[in-house]
Amino acid sequence: MKGARVLVVALGLLLAWEALVRVTAVPPFILPAPLAVTMQIISQAELLLHHGWITAIEILLGLFFGTLAGMASALLIVASRPARAWLMPLLVISQALPVFALAPLLTLWFGYGLASKVVMASLIIYFPVAAAFADGLRRCDPGLIDLARVMGASRRTILLHLRIPAALPALASGLRVAAATAPIGAVVGEWVGSSRGLGYLMLHANARLQVDLMFAALALLATFSLILYFTLDAVLRRLTAWQPESDSDSAAGFSLSSRKESL
Amino acid sequence: MTQEAPSVFLRRAAVRFDGRPVFEGLDLDLPAGRWICLLGESGVGKSSLLRLIAGLCAPQEAQGTLSCSDGLPLAGRVAYMGQGDLLAPWATVLQNVLLGARLRGGRSAERAGQARAREVLARVGLAGREDALPAQLSGGMRQRVALARTLFEDRPVVLMDEPFSALDAVTRHRLQGLAVELLHGRTVLMVTHDPLEALRLADRIEVLAGSPPRLRPVMPPVGRAPRPLDDPALAKQVEALLSALGAPAAAA
Repeated sequence: MKGARVLVVALGLLLAWEALVRVTAVPPFILPAPLAVTMQIISQAELLLHHGWITAIEILLGLFFGTLAGMASALLIVASRPARAWLMPLLVISQALPVFALAPLLTLWFGYGLASKVVMASLIIYFPVAAAFADGLRRCDPGLIDLARVMGASRRTILLHLRIPAALPALASGLRVAAATAPIGAVVGEWVGSSRGLGYLMLHANARLQVDLMFAALALLATFSLILYFTLDAVLRRLTAWQPESDSDSAAGFSLSSRKESL
Repeated sequence: MTQEAPSVFLRRAAVRFDGRPVFEGLDLDLPAGRWICLLGESGVGKSSLLRLIAGLCAPQEAQGTLSCSDGLPLAGRVAYMGQGDLLAPWATVLQNVLLGARLRGGRSAERAGQARAREVLARVGLAGREDALPAQLSGGMRQRVALARTLFEDRPVVLMDEPFSALDAVTRHRLQGLAVELLHGRTVLMVTHDPLEALRLADRIEVLAGSPPRLRPVMPPVGRAPRPLDDPALAKQVEALLSALGAPAAAA
């Protein structure tokens, strides 16, 4: 059902695009027709996949390291009072600094290659993951923690067996934001300085007025981001299946499956 | 029960939050194997008193000495039931009953306790629902799971903080009866704001009231708990209890 709806929406958009191009007779170097873009995707498949592969790796690595750093910070914040006092301002500063403005600096520090883009993507998702997870860890029912203490549980076991499972839905919403923003970090990194990746390819094509190739790269990037988001969403839903739907919907933000369908 | 229930004596208990005393100089006796209800208006410090006995207060907040009739420390011999059922929503009914075993001894202890956990679940009438999630159960059934968890802990002293206050009247009535039956022989302290609940269940009633708050014993209700609600003597005692709580009978 929902798959069909997505298809209809996508098809409708493509048709509207094609119609716009035909009606306005806009030149192809301003807005290429979807058919021309599709032709580009097919004829330039090897080039696109080569660059797409690089970008995909940057996004996935950024997602991995950013999530790791974010979760570690959240655990530290909750586990120790001094860590909270020292890390909280750092967290806020990391968010106040526009990561895009850091991109040239990161390229200077980490070079033209993969590393600077991975750092960029990690930085961009670090805050949402850390903030969401820390919030979830802190929101564990205090009554449940009292119960565990009377049962003779240590702080560590309470963290492991109660706080972390209770924080999973909050972490999941942080990860959804991360999955949606990590590609931005990778592409911005490539724009600032690189010789590979979809961002590079787009900039390169744009400069030579190969707008159809640019659109093809864009389409590939969008497809990859969507696959990433919905795969992650499905996995996270599975992990937090115990949560009542009405709650997880509000935590999920945008998701294809609505409450009605899941009932 | 694997351990004989001791009497518990609390002396010169005081709790303060941010330097402001909640209560000071309270003495409370919990006779062995009896059900004691601690009654009082909300905000008077009932829950703080219970938390003090449970060992949940921070050392800088609480003072007082706790001792048991058998000379052993109380710590580690207490089971706690909080307000609401306090079930972990991600864990099955069986896993929730086994929570204590898991927290203390990890997965191996959890496996070792499985048979006994199923047994206590059967005693609260939840055989066959071991694999359900808390969200799939009604409020009354969830509270039964919490009761099963308390039974599984098998502690001689049970502290309860308004465990049934969130339930509807019929379910509450049924669970009160079940709790009295299953916790028989243990030293129970139950905090409640409901005089009727106290009169129905308690072997002894202590009222915490006044400013500064003082503990006052109220005449023990007649008959064996759980007492029928249509007992005229019980209705009369509700009146007396309400006035002891500080509410003039006429105004109430």
